[in-house]
This record gives sequence, structure tokens and C-alpha cells, in this order.
Amino acid sequence: MPYPIDIEAYVEAAAQLVGLPLDPAHRPGVVLNLERIAQMAALVMEFRLPEETEPAPVYEP
Amino acid sequence: MNASSWVPLDALAAVRAVRAGAASAVEITQAALGHIEARNSALNAFTAVTAERALAEARAIDRRRAQGETLGPLAGAPFAVKNLYDIAGLVTLAGSKIDAERPPATADAFILRKLSEAGAVLVGALNMDEYAYGFTTENTHYGAVHNPHNLAHVAGGSSGGSGAAVAGGLVPIALASDTNGSIRVPASFCGTFGLKPTYGRLSRAGTRPFVASLDHLGPLTRTVGDLAVTYDAMQGADPGDPACAGRPVEPASPILEHGASGLRIAVLGGHFAGSGIAAEAVATVAKALDATRVVEIPEAARGRAAAFVISASEGADLHLADLKARAQDFDPMTRDRFLAGALIPAGWVLRAQRFRRWYREQVLTLFREVDILLAPATPCPAPRIGQETIEIDGVAVPMRPFIGVYTQPLSFIGLPIVAAPLRKPGELPIGVQIIAAPWREADALRIARALERDGVTNAEPALG
Repeated sequence: MPYPIDIEAYVEAAAQLVGLPLDPAHRPGVVLNLERIAQMAALVMEFRLPEETEPAPVYEP
Repeated sequence: MNASSWVPLDALAAVRAVRAGAASAVEITQAALGHIEARNSALNAFTAVTAERALAEARAIDRRRAQGETLGPLAGAPFAVKNLYDIAGLVTLAGSKIDAERPPATADAFILRKLSEAGAVLVGALNMDEYAYGFTTENTHYGAVHNPHNLAHVAGGSSGGSGAAVAGGLVPIALASDTNGSIRVPASFCGTFGLKPTYGRLSRAGTRPFVASLDHLGPLTRTVGDLAVTYDAMQGADPGDPACAGRPVEPASPILEHGASGLRIAVLGGHFAGSGIAAEAVATVAKALDATRVVEIPEAARGRAAAFVISASEGADLHLADLKARAQDFDPMTRDRFLAGALIPAGWVLRAQRFRRWYREQVLTLFREVDILLAPATPCPAPRIGQETIEIDGVAVPMRPFIGVYTQPLSFIGLPIVAAPLRKPGELPIGVQIIAAPWREADALRIARALERDGVTNAEPALG
């Protein structure tokens, strides 16, 4: 599935934002894995959920 | 039974022998330690052997028996645990090099303690994928685990050591964990039974987490009787795990022989239809159970995708400090996935969590009409160690992530599942998932026992 986003640029910027130094040797693997995650996320994001569907957290006050 | 030649295949047989005085717990423990010593170098299943502790525990059981005290349901049965379980006095590795620098655990994990209280004898810790993030246990730090049925093939993961230790006859019981399939995949590849109970059934306290939203613990064994007695012994409320539901203990062993009667059984189609050996295995089980109905779980592929996104994000968050400070010390097999997981937009994760709620409603609706669902555990038998791709309907896909295609959409909503092993002569084993409604572990175990009794399953060990 072609992903119309420049994942390499995103990885670079997001890593800076979260303060994650990326070894250049690790970068291609990170890009590949984020592409895989993005493809999976697209399946979730394109599905229309009813607004009233809330997550099911375990948190109990 | 001759204790010196005893192969630790069946925990309940060991318990009966100890009770009857046919063998002492010490003799059985020594036999198990001997088998580990003889066979582990070929399998690489164990990362630590707790011989001293095991013999002390066994001596205490023999003493109690001599004094006429009541013995627990697992008295004298050897077992081992995935090395993400805390063992007092040992460093909990969780398959990593980084955690080897941590201090030793000061107490046993909750369910390990439960098994000790039931009289089981801990003989060691088992190899796994680093931080449980994998399906093959090709661990760079501690070496790959080898499949006892063919040493050139993987044992599955992330609980690969657990699968190999049971299938290789090193221990009759191994404890493991399952976030996306890590009990059911090694059970399928190694040809053992495995139980992933309902999310929240067993306390996870004292184990290294991976994905708090999805982590489960459970056992692998060679018989359904052992699976049930082990599961029964580990049940119980524990405030130490916020996700532990605190249900009353609901023992499965007393109703294990009730068979399949009264249970409505259907085969999962659609996403779970499978092909080749995996589909044949499900068809064999369905035929044996007279199950002809086919039903579908709506949007199962999206369920798998949502589990994938949540796993990557929560796993990365857990290890973020180490990812920032020392990414080079992670296993190259997991490192880049963890790093990528740290960069996921929050909205994707939140939506995946909301989807989980919706998807759960769909599946609960399905369980109004059926009690048991059948699906393949893995799309194929164990791949070779180092294999990169797998051919699915003529298309080569990356092997490792694909292994979880049938397990992920089910653990995602915490359903209780027994993986039951099938095996044709000359072939590697493959598992079928017996899926029950939430909190109905006993239903899945009853079905597994009926299949075992009728000779449909095959958990013969590989003792080569």
C-alpha cells in the first residue's frame, strides 16, 4: 500500500519532538517499521466508530 | 515407575507417583534436572537452572509426605517459567541484555508462588524474545531456541523456551505470557497444549510487562489434565495487578471430562479461514466435534491492526528511557520496532483503544449464538530459524509479523483460548485455537480434553 506521507521526514521530526536520538544505522529499520505501523493504523483510522464508543480502561478511582 | 528413567512428560503422573510412594519428589526432580542437563544444549530453552532451590522444595515435599501431611495438587511436579517472571534471588532478564544489570528479584511472581504453594517444583527460567516482542525467539543476546521436532526450525515466540522445554520433555509444565499470541504460537509450533486465560483472570504481578492493555499469563503443557490443574492452582484475586478482575476461583479440573455436549461449536471463517495445513487442522477438529456452522467476527483484520498499534506504542513507552539512552543495547530483532513505536501519533493509539470497545461488542453478540469458536493458531507450521518471508497463497510476505495473524485479533479483546496441537506423521505440528466466551476457560478446556481423549490431538514429545 503506498503511503502518501514522507515517513523519513516524519521520523526525523517526531524523534526530535520526543527527544529520541536516532543512530543513522537504525534509521532505515525505524522507517520501515513505522511504515508497517502506519499501514495498520490506516485500517483502524478509516473505520467510522460511533461517537459514543469510549475506550475500556481499567482505571478505577 | 522407575524414577531414574522417568521422563517428566506428565505432571499429574508425577504427582500420583509421589502420593503413592512410587517415587520421591527428590527422585523426580533429579530426573528432570538430568534431562535438562542432557538436552538443553541442543534446544537452548533454559537460561537458568534452579537446581538447589528445586531440590530443597522437593525435600520439603518428601518430608511433608513422610509426616502424613496433606500434599498440594501439584506436589512434586517440575515446572519452569519464562524469564520475565520474577524468581527470588535471580535477575529477571525478560530476554534482554539491559535488564541483566538489574538487581535480583526479591520475591517470586504471584502465580509462580501459587504453583509453589500447590507443591510444584521450580527447576528454572526459560528463553524468550527480548521484552516479549516477537514470535520466533531468535534472541540475539541469548541465542535462538530450537524446535525439538526439528532443530533447524524456530520454537515460536515470544515464549519459545516454554514451548521447547515442554515439547522436548524437559518439564511437563512451563509458564509463559501472551500479549498477541506468545503462548499460542509456541504451543502451535512445538506441538503442545497452551492456555491463554481471559484477560484479567490471572494476576500478572511480579512479571515484566510488555503491553499492559493486552498482557496475559498462562501455562503450556503436554496434557489437558495438566493444563487444567495448573490453571486452577494459579487462579485468585490479587490487588497487586490492577487488571486482575478478582473473580472467584472457578476450577476447570472437576468438569474436564464433561465432553463437548451442550456446547454450540462453530468454525471461524473470513479473516480466520486459513489455507493449507492450518485450514486442514481446523477442519479435522471441526469434523471430530461435528461442527458444521461457519461464523465470522466482523472487522477482525482491523482488530489485529489495532492490537499491533497499541502494542508498538505501549511497548515503546515502557522502554523509552533505555531507547533514548542506549538503543544499541537492544536486540536488533526488536530495536527498530520499539524505536518506531515511540513515534506513533497519540490519535492512532486512542482510536485503536476505542475500536477495541466496539469490536468487543461485536464478538460478545456472536457469543449469544455460539459457545466455542475454532480457528488456526498459526498460518503455518514452524518456519526455519532465520527465514525472512513466507508464501501465502502465492505471495511472499514478511514472515515474523505474519505469524500472529490469527492470534492477535482474539487476545486483543482478552478471550480465553486453548491452543490444541495436531500433527501428521513426518510433519511439524500445528495448533488449533479453541476460543470460548470471556470467563469460560472451562468450556475450552472441556473441548480440548474431548479431542485429546479421542486421539485427535497429538502432543507426543520430541525426545531425540
